[in-house]
Amino acid sequence: MLDLLVSPMTTVTPKNLFEKIWDDHVVVQEKNCPTVLYIDLHLIHEVTSPQAFDGLRNRGLKVLRPNCTVATMDHSIPTTDRTLPIADPIAAKQLDQLRINCGEFGIPLFDIGNENLGIVHVIGPELGLTQPGVTLVCGDSHTSTHGAFGALAFGIGTTEVEHVLATQCLLQDKPKTYEVHFDGFVPRGVVAKDLILALIAKIGIGGGTGHVLEYTGEAIRSLSMEGRMTICNMSIEGGARAGMIGPDDTTFEYLATRAHVPQGKDWDQAVTRWQNLQSDEGAAYDQTLSLDVSQLEPMITYGTNPGMGIPISQPVPKPESAQGPVASGAIRKALEYMDLEGGKPLLGQPIDVVFIGSCTNSRMSDLRQAAAILKDRKVNPGVRVLVVPGSEKIKKQAEIENLPDIFRAAGAEWREAGCSMCIAMNGDQLSPGEYCVSTSNRNFEGRQGKGGRTFLASPLTAAASAVNGMVTDVRTMLD
Amino acid sequence: MPLPIRDIDTDQIIPARFLKTIDKKGLGENLFNDWRYDETGSPRADFVLNHRKSENATILLAGDNFGCGSSREHAPWALMGFGFRAVISTSFADIFRNNCLKNGLLPIIIDEVGHAELLDASAQNEDLATEVNLLEQTVQLPSGRKAKFPIDEFSKKCLLAGVDQLGYLQQQSTSISEYETTHPRLVSTL
Repeated sequence: MLDLLVSPMTTVTPKNLFEKIWDDHVVVQEKNCPTVLYIDLHLIHEVTSPQAFDGLRNRGLKVLRPNCTVATMDHSIPTTDRTLPIADPIAAKQLDQLRINCGEFGIPLFDIGNENLGIVHVIGPELGLTQPGVTLVCGDSHTSTHGAFGALAFGIGTTEVEHVLATQCLLQDKPKTYEVHFDGFVPRGVVAKDLILALIAKIGIGGGTGHVLEYTGEAIRSLSMEGRMTICNMSIEGGARAGMIGPDDTTFEYLATRAHVPQGKDWDQAVTRWQNLQSDEGAAYDQTLSLDVSQLEPMITYGTNPGMGIPISQPVPKPESAQGPVASGAIRKALEYMDLEGGKPLLGQPIDVVFIGSCTNSRMSDLRQAAAILKDRKVNPGVRVLVVPGSEKIKKQAEIENLPDIFRAAGAEWREAGCSMCIAMNGDQLSPGEYCVSTSNRNFEGRQGKGGRTFLASPLTAAASAVNGMVTDVRTMLD
Repeated sequence: MPLPIRDIDTDQIIPARFLKTIDKKGLGENLFNDWRYDETGSPRADFVLNHRKSENATILLAGDNFGCGSSREHAPWALMGFGFRAVISTSFADIFRNNCLKNGLLPIIIDEVGHAELLDASAQNEDLATEVNLLEQTVQLPSGRKAKFPIDEFSKKCLLAGVDQLGYLQQQSTSISEYETTHPRLVSTL
């Protein structure tokens, strides 16, 4: 046995999850150059790819590994009847261009009508393409979502998309690591979305810059894969390069039934390999932080970046008494845009729209959470509610569970899968001045529509607010 | 051109509705669109980008954590389309900074004191010009001091030589093949 021959004097430096995956994917490291990192899986969508394919065309290059690449349509597609022609000619052209590019370069594309179509960060895990230990990139910052599986997954720009298409590699400077330890038991009414909003409120939107976050602790272990995806999804909103969670039995159980995972004997070998990815005992991180979740409340954002969040029962901060990472000038500007007054509670703030969807919260557990609140209730007549599933598969499963009936009976709209009102590129958007409680990931000025005012929250908070027509503490509705 | 606001996100630099383009060009017109134009589409007189003296601006002086949020490379494309060749701040978001370097838009990080000095000076003089020296990695401050800024060797070489980073990657093709031969394929999509 080889291991018996290892000298007992040999010490192996403990590595964390990120280091293990990084080290395993270094192709070449030349002096004074960034690392050439191999990319196992490249996900593509219509918005950030056309210029990359043009680049290949102009250089006469092919896609090196079409079988490590998959494309979907999510940002620009309508969530209404998709058998009709796309109303926006520019969006239609961009979608057509994706078809042309995928056809020309031999990349599998989930087009409208395909049962695998969905938001890019929803379908990767669904199909079992997202696996522990892989490097995964996409021209979209929420690629961090896939880190929930113990993958090293991050967003890249269009030029880098071109690099990966051409060489299946990326030039990367090695980021630092940051352990975020969530301790304690998650209280009733508090879900994964609240955990990540609480973290970003604490560290600020630049708090994780230059780092890959690893989430650890019993509160993380207690989450389902979907909850873990919500947390990793918003890592970028804390400025981090990526967010990861070490794989465990919850991970393997999720993956076991997926289409593209290793089969038979290969599965057993894969699980053994994946089990060894967990951060070693004594592994070091460049930074660490501990949070006690047992003290948390449902969270909500009041301002114009994801770090401007508060526990739901707390008042909107006054600019003068600003504490923590958000400066008073920034709060002042945000309150002006949002037309809110510092010192007043956010509870009871009337709202116009509720959006339940996005790569953050559009999976089955999110829809079930919303349905549990909306069942046998009606949404306030003054509120427009959109419920947008993350993929065709999720849409079908929701239908099997009769969730759309619950949504419609309550007065909400049940839509087709897509990014929809998170980025408001497809016609689903806020009118100027409208207030929206949204399960998406960004509340920047105009994000959901020019002049639109976004409150980020969990599906529970969103559904409860829809019923009352105002920002609501969902815990008042739980038996 | 001074824009003393922190945490400017890429949705402000270029709103999502302009991302439907399949081109890199033409985005300069929509740079900071929703701060720049009012509801009727007319330029807002009080937004600095619309001041006559900003017409020929090549350096943007922005607040901390510039370029946070979405990874859209349309952000540096829009900045360059307008005419900017460098952005000075006290920090940049990771993906945005990377995107800048890939396009030849120089992201310059200087210390807070130097940054404040430049902001003060440009508030008093909208015609303020300064010198950026990439070779020496310095920015000339009004006080006479030269502020140093960091940049990795590789990006610096590529920018100075006008060399494309994809070229470097293509040169590694043998190493890439070797890697693929010695490592099992972990994912297959087809």
